[in-house]
Amino acid sequence: MQVPVSWLREFVEIDIPVELLAERLTLAGLEVASISYIGVPQGFVEGVRWPISNHLVWDREKILLGAIREVKPHPDADRLVIAVVDYGGAAPEQTVTGAPNLFEYKGKGPLDPPLWSPFAMEGAEVWDGHSEEPKRMVLKEKKLRGVPNRCMVCSEKELGISEEHEGIMLMENPRGIAPGTPLQDVLGDVILEIELTPNMARNYSILGVAREVAALLGKPVKPPSFDYLAEGGPIIGQAAIEIREPELNPRFTLALLRDTEVRPSPQWMQWRLTLCGQRPINNIVDVTNYITFEIGQPLHAFDYDKLKARVSGKMPKIITRLPDPGEKLDTLDEVTRELQEHNILVCDEAGVLSMGGIIGGAETEISDTTTNVLLEAANWNFINIRRTMQSQKVNTDAGVRFSRGVHPSQALLGVQRGIELMRQTGGGQIAQGIIDEYPLPAPTVTIDLNMSEVERISGMVFTTQQVADILTNLQFTVVVAGDVLHVTAPDFRMDINSDSQVGQADLIEEITRIYGYDLIPDTIIADAMPSQWTNVALEREERARDILVALGLRENISYRLTTPEREAQLNPHHTGAVSHEGYIELANPLAADKSALRHTLLISLLENARGNIRYTPRQQVFEVGNVYRGRENGALPDEPRRLGLLITGPRRVDTWTHDEPGDNVDFYDLKGIVEGLLGGLKISGVTYSRSSHPSLHPGRSALLNVGGKEIGSFGELHPLVATGFELTAAPVFVAEFDLDALLDFVDELYTAQPLPVTPPVYQDIALVVNNETSAAEVVAVIMKAGGNMLKMARLFDLYTGDPIPAGQKSLAYNLVYQADDRTLTDKEVAKVHRKIMQAVERELDAKVRA
Amino acid sequence: MLEQLETIYKEAQGTLVAILDSEALHQWEIQYLGKKGEVTLLLRSTGQLPAEERAGFGKRANEIKNLLTEAHANQEQLIHDQELARDLEEGQIDVTLPGRAQSVGGLHPSTQTLRQLYDIWAEMGFQVYRSRDVEDDETNFTLLNIPPHHPARDMWDTFHTTTPGMILRTHTSPGQIHAMRDLGENGTQPIRVILPGMCYRYEQVTARSEMQFHQLEGLAIGRNIHMSDLKGTVTAFARRMFGAEAAVRFRASYFPFTEPSMEIDVECFLCGGEGCRVCKYAGWLEIAGAGMVNPIVLRNGGYDPAEWSGFAFGMGPERMTMLKHGITDIRYFWGNDLRFLEQF
Repeated sequence: MQVPVSWLREFVEIDIPVELLAERLTLAGLEVASISYIGVPQGFVEGVRWPISNHLVWDREKILLGAIREVKPHPDADRLVIAVVDYGGAAPEQTVTGAPNLFEYKGKGPLDPPLWSPFAMEGAEVWDGHSEEPKRMVLKEKKLRGVPNRCMVCSEKELGISEEHEGIMLMENPRGIAPGTPLQDVLGDVILEIELTPNMARNYSILGVAREVAALLGKPVKPPSFDYLAEGGPIIGQAAIEIREPELNPRFTLALLRDTEVRPSPQWMQWRLTLCGQRPINNIVDVTNYITFEIGQPLHAFDYDKLKARVSGKMPKIITRLPDPGEKLDTLDEVTRELQEHNILVCDEAGVLSMGGIIGGAETEISDTTTNVLLEAANWNFINIRRTMQSQKVNTDAGVRFSRGVHPSQALLGVQRGIELMRQTGGGQIAQGIIDEYPLPAPTVTIDLNMSEVERISGMVFTTQQVADILTNLQFTVVVAGDVLHVTAPDFRMDINSDSQVGQADLIEEITRIYGYDLIPDTIIADAMPSQWTNVALEREERARDILVALGLRENISYRLTTPEREAQLNPHHTGAVSHEGYIELANPLAADKSALRHTLLISLLENARGNIRYTPRQQVFEVGNVYRGRENGALPDEPRRLGLLITGPRRVDTWTHDEPGDNVDFYDLKGIVEGLLGGLKISGVTYSRSSHPSLHPGRSALLNVGGKEIGSFGELHPLVATGFELTAAPVFVAEFDLDALLDFVDELYTAQPLPVTPPVYQDIALVVNNETSAAEVVAVIMKAGGNMLKMARLFDLYTGDPIPAGQKSLAYNLVYQADDRTLTDKEVAKVHRKIMQAVERELDAKVRA
Repeated sequence: MLEQLETIYKEAQGTLVAILDSEALHQWEIQYLGKKGEVTLLLRSTGQLPAEERAGFGKRANEIKNLLTEAHANQEQLIHDQELARDLEEGQIDVTLPGRAQSVGGLHPSTQTLRQLYDIWAEMGFQVYRSRDVEDDETNFTLLNIPPHHPARDMWDTFHTTTPGMILRTHTSPGQIHAMRDLGENGTQPIRVILPGMCYRYEQVTARSEMQFHQLEGLAIGRNIHMSDLKGTVTAFARRMFGAEAAVRFRASYFPFTEPSMEIDVECFLCGGEGCRVCKYAGWLEIAGAGMVNPIVLRNGGYDPAEWSGFAFGMGPERMTMLKHGITDIRYFWGNDLRFLEQF
């Protein structure tokens, strides 16, 4: 909301610098997003920081109010004129200008009254009106087609008011300000851009902000006059109101202005509307906007004769109601709207006129020929207005205000002030009386505020007087009864809850924010400390992250939104329509590729990898995050935590030393990471078997089991999937594990092994087995045959090819023999070693190599 | 033989002093003192001498062997010293060449910030409580004092799912309801938790706004918790997070689930409050929204607001990370470009 400080000053005295005022408003919850200056210098206040403004400051000596006394023709140029300007000096100054809006006065002799215009003298700094880019210039004497010229009558652009440069700025001067008055004192202003939170609906007007300023500065509010001069015949019998839905339309008022004239608004009104960002249209429409800005009550003006014509000259009767089935309305924004069952309407006996509180219909709007105006000021249920604005996708100033909540008391004030301003600006007679239907009066809210409650919530001891003063300055009515204050909310506020506990909290907010949050002391919590606990799941998850980072992996965090179609790329054999079963899908996706919550981390990791592959061929990453599985009957989904891994590209980071061949990672790199993670987490009971995960290479993937539970699969990405993700430069290896299940197996109380005091004996064994025999089977047989004495069997070589027969492989192990209590003899070791050789020959059909 | 011995001795001595490298020294040792070395062989042949000469020869041969052994040791030491000196002097490498690149892992910047937040709040007795991403409208809004169609709902642009009433949480605040109901034991127990989590908003993704982001909510409920405690606690937090000198400012604001409500600014730690691009020349950076828990929310959590009170706050880890490290585009966070991630 744009708040011109000059307008604010009409309702409250401001005796502090604007910059400090803006700071105080911000701290009190009316956030001043920016301050803009028109002609006046920026102020600087100790301890208050605002961005430095780059606006043009109007020199008080050189930019003045000028009175153009005569417009003379230029002797040598048809497209130029000479303005004779009285600027308060001893003699008028002549200035050459091409302003087209002076041409009609050319050669008319002395002008009385004069034309009032901003006047800049030699040496004044203004914006260059002819420059596309903002550019400052200083006025210097020069001849224009032979006529000396050192001053200028200014356009809005040259003064930095707007981009307008079609002609010079011509002003009305109703207050009779003397020529030569510094322009700063005439037009200088400061505009506060205020961002209001939804609870501040009452302040969505100049008067509303003025009330806050008054409370902050301890000054009285000087509201505008709501008197009106009614000299016309009575309104009774000219119009009627029927409210059918008081819950949605608690109040409706009408006033009538006859024999008025639609014309441009006076300049002061146009000027203010412009400062507030509203384009002036005509006096009737401008007054409705003006009142909306001034007191926050939107108005709607009907052409009374058009209303009468709709009912064949009968008395118009305004009916507010919900739509009949199939009803439509052409609104002012040139949209034909199918009305929805909750859209409250303003109608007459002939049909729909407007969408109540939001937007008018085209048929009865004010036109240049309107002479009789029926003015509406109504009140609407804010929740229903908001719902209608959303469902009809319509956004208007009136709708925004009503949707935040306007108190019904404001309707009557609005219609009174509005009809009077219309009369003042357009003439005519106001009909006596106002039709006021108010079937659902707003309750008066009175809260008993306990001083002990103020202290309990704020943590600070206020005096009863302090509290009463603050609330009174905010126009609450306060009756003090010992430690209890009976507080009645003023009739423009709807935000004080009638529930005792909530209402007291509302009042405490008012007290503390006006007092100043910064003045409330800072304390440490003295209340009892709740029992402390550890979030085991989180702690273990963080441990898993740390281990993976230690293993050299980078953490990814991805969008959790995807599409079933994107995830279908993970299945190399998918064809035809993609099933959406089990997906949580968005009703209002922002982007077509983010319409459903993911089922797997693989989609995230692979898309990340695809994005990175161009610049980063070596990738080793992980992600910890949720996936989402829809459940029956619309129940909230399961959100299991998953761990995903992805590695691809060179095993080592390439360096100038080139001392490692640039081999790419393979299955066993990923498995090493998996083993490192499980080892670090102290998870035992791990087995691996073949995986049938569709996204993985069937021969180079494994299923991880822990404690007999399937945790997930890992391995080489299926070549077709890799192709689909354009990851073909090097094989990609991925894993996805059920993190919740995995972390359940963390052994927090694992036992540390004592260091052995006896020496180990090392022996190697190499054996040839069929390719189908797995390494796990071989180790199992060796370990079983080795018994207690065999501490470890570590694979150190795998070999196929000559002289090993086709279909077979050679596995070589380091065996470590050790007894806890004695040094083993060669004889003992040889005996066990022989036993192992026999076992592998017998059980695995292996041949032990010499 | 004795003469022969003396000749060898002289010759050995003579050649030894000229030897300046380990390999030649080794050869010398083999030649004279090795198993088949000249001195060794002569010594071994002592038995061939007439008995009366044996003692004298043997004594002298042993003496020479010892002398040569000692001289060898001395020469060896000399050569080592020289070789070491040479290596120290000549074995220079270009230390400005880059080191062998290692595979360095790292946490996502958001995780790093979240951990920092967990640590600071843990020290103040706040434990981490996590709740779900997909919520019902009731918990995300209505129970937090944001009834259906209320204008306050405009503060959160919401992703709705195709199941009516099921939404993606717009903030971590529904966790307040879960935490109160889960930990409060029907409104009889104090609570101090932080609630981190991913939130979602129907907002166009730009350099400054994301549709998905982390939030970290805090909630303290007790029989005697005041706004002054909120101020003191958040100030303590800000000093841990942004530096001991950090100045904190509290501005009145509005959240439906707190009353009174406030926004919390910290003096810009990049310009010291002088004004810079990051703080948009205001000198302050907004770091959190907060307030006293609204009595309606306390009731919905099972507490009697006449007996219990509390405060809540919410902050954005990505925003804090951006401020600290001068990140100008929030889209980097979920883009997972390794060239970005490797900077953290």
